[in-house]
Amino acid sequence: MLETYLPILLTFAAAVGFAVVATFSSEWFGPQTPNPEKHSTYESGVKPLGTTKDRVSIKYYMVAMLFIIFDLEVVFVYPWATEFGTLFGEHGVAAFWSMMIFLIVFEFGYLYAYKKGGFKWA
Amino acid sequence: MEFTLTDLTHLLPIVIVAASVLVAMTIDMFTKEADKTLGWFTALSLFAAAYVSLFFVDKTGVHLSGVVASGGATNILHFVFTFGAGVVALISMEYAKKTEMRVGEYYVLVLSSVLGMMLIAAAKDLAVIFVGLEQMSISFYALAGIRRKRDKSVEASLKYFLLGAFATGFVVYGMALIYGSSGTMALDTIRYAFPDLVSQPLFVLGLALFVIGFAFKIAAVPFHMWAPDVYQGSPTPVAGLMSTVGKAAAFAALLLIFRPVFDGAENALFPFLAIVATLSMLYGAIVAIAQDDLKRMLAYSSVAHAGYMLIGFASGEATGAAGVIYYLVAYAFMNLGAFGIIAMIESAEETNLKVQDYAGLGTRAPALAALLSLFMFALSGIPPLAGFFGKYYVFIAAVEGGATWLALVGVASSAISVYFYLRVVVVMYFGKSENRMEYSVSNVSLLGVTISAMLVILLGVLPGSIIKLIESFVR
Amino acid sequence: MTLASVLFYFFATIAVAGGVLMVTRKNPVHAVLFLVLNFAGVAGVYLVLNAQFIAVVQIIVYAGAIMVLFLFVIMLLKLGGEESVFARQPFVKTLSIVIAALIGAQLTYVFFFAAPDKGTMVDMETGVYPGTVKAIAETLYTKYLLPFEAVGFTLVAATVGALVIGKKKLED
Repeated sequence: MLETYLPILLTFAAAVGFAVVATFSSEWFGPQTPNPEKHSTYESGVKPLGTTKDRVSIKYYMVAMLFIIFDLEVVFVYPWATEFGTLFGEHGVAAFWSMMIFLIVFEFGYLYAYKKGGFKWA
Repeated sequence: MEFTLTDLTHLLPIVIVAASVLVAMTIDMFTKEADKTLGWFTALSLFAAAYVSLFFVDKTGVHLSGVVASGGATNILHFVFTFGAGVVALISMEYAKKTEMRVGEYYVLVLSSVLGMMLIAAAKDLAVIFVGLEQMSISFYALAGIRRKRDKSVEASLKYFLLGAFATGFVVYGMALIYGSSGTMALDTIRYAFPDLVSQPLFVLGLALFVIGFAFKIAAVPFHMWAPDVYQGSPTPVAGLMSTVGKAAAFAALLLIFRPVFDGAENALFPFLAIVATLSMLYGAIVAIAQDDLKRMLAYSSVAHAGYMLIGFASGEATGAAGVIYYLVAYAFMNLGAFGIIAMIESAEETNLKVQDYAGLGTRAPALAALLSLFMFALSGIPPLAGFFGKYYVFIAAVEGGATWLALVGVASSAISVYFYLRVVVVMYFGKSENRMEYSVSNVSLLGVTISAMLVILLGVLPGSIIKLIESFVR
Repeated sequence: MTLASVLFYFFATIAVAGGVLMVTRKNPVHAVLFLVLNFAGVAGVYLVLNAQFIAVVQIIVYAGAIMVLFLFVIMLLKLGGEESVFARQPFVKTLSIVIAALIGAQLTYVFFFAAPDKGTMVDMETGVYPGTVKAIAETLYTKYLLPFEAVGFTLVAATVGALVIGKKKLED
């Protein structure tokens, strides 16, 4: 049972492993001769000034809210997408249209947000 | 997924409103200056849905794997929601123009809130109640804050959202416990197992949490704190919508969960309901006396009316259930009429809302004054108007159910409430007016208010046949 | 110990450690990041319990969307440096302890006294079917078709509501 998750575990391990190896191998294997110039911001970067806890524009919030709504949509699509074969076998085209009606209704919301300038920066 | 054409026709009221949401969005997206079009489209599609729900009232049945019902009490409630919201759409047109409110989103949200209410009333499954509740509540939160430039409107929206989300939490928790103890979400299964389930503490706890969550929505004491601020801060037609059909939807959910009690099962929550009803009636009636702002006064009055309707639940009698539905119909239209007139008198800057501002209206606008008097008489429960018979039926149910004292508290609080309702009438006809206030009477708003007035009179003149119709479906 | 138990304790440790670290952090951004760790641990526990769907939702919605919202709120409010809410209002601390104790009591009751078949072990593979994605799909798109389509309308209402509340200038 749990063995079926083995590929996921392996992917997970590969992802974590790559991140760890990539981060630390340069530190472990690379020659280290630090000087102040090297630690400054590189070329086009801006020198850090002030705190990182500054307030961020409220405009980002609109993005966050719309993101949540679309994220919730994914939750409802996910079981349909993974089990579509079974559903189609049992219910035929109705399985297809049940999701299409949902998506059409939902896309009205998307189109509405687009038309109203919900995705515009201003 | 057995879905037939019969299902579609029986669920036509819901389908009409759902389609209207999408059409209204399309109209708003692709036309400029669509204010009038949208208003009329909303009103007419809601009236069409109201007509269809009454037309199909005898087509009782369950559809779509038994998660929704049609016909009977469901359709009567659908009529209240759609017709009431249609009246709101009529009174909104002039108000929206006057206050430069955002119109497109407004009508879309009104329609989508009605869709949520209809789902609640049609529910045969806890999941449908929840989805409907969310649909209605989300629309209301946004509607309360639709006049975003006004601080009061934003405050109302935020308060309503925070407390509403909190209340939804109670409802979901209650549903989880009901599901956990009964093992089902189907209301009919719960109904048949109810006599056994009430002996389980977890089930009763779930029931109590469910009721508390909806007690927030109906603004019953001690869960009423949001109501005065929200009704005052929201645009007046929105306050009308929330306090009438929105409240009716929450009562519809309570009717569904208390169905077994009306069948004769033990009312496990009687002490709780009786206390909440008593507190709501007395608190609402007494605090309303001190209000100068008409919208606040109507908010406290709506708290008291929630108390009267809860008597119907506490009684545990089938006549109580029918009485509650009758009361909902009556209350929806008398309150909507009152809010409609307030919306006409109110200025764009939200002045002319105090009781004193209405001084002299009796001579300067006799028609408006007469209509407002009618609604005030009806709200205070003076026969032969709708409000009287609403109270009569729930009080009778309480007496039959052996809770005579609750009916007596109801009578006492009605007597108190006569004072503040009639004060408005007295001020209108006998008060001295210093300021000659401006008000805008449009034919459309007047039409909406007149329709409400006609229904209030009709319900008062023919209470017997209407309550018989409702009772035949409740049994 | 079986593989399932080992995994359970592994994920449970992550979840509890994440939770404890979250409530003890002073920096709200760090607290949120530990909350993500907690969610990931809980998702793992769900997976061990064969509740695949909730595990996926836990990652997609909670660790994804809800956390984005949390972070945005923190970034908008410029938190940090203010005094603790417990210092200003001591009763809040008492209240939160009371609420935590109540929820703990309820969970204890449910685990040990109210479970319909307490004391019996359920085999995960055969016993816990309702949490699988397959089971969810089989009910959501058939029995609960209507509430499912209604959720589409709820999401539309949420979109319109978000635009009305959050957007400074809407176009016509």
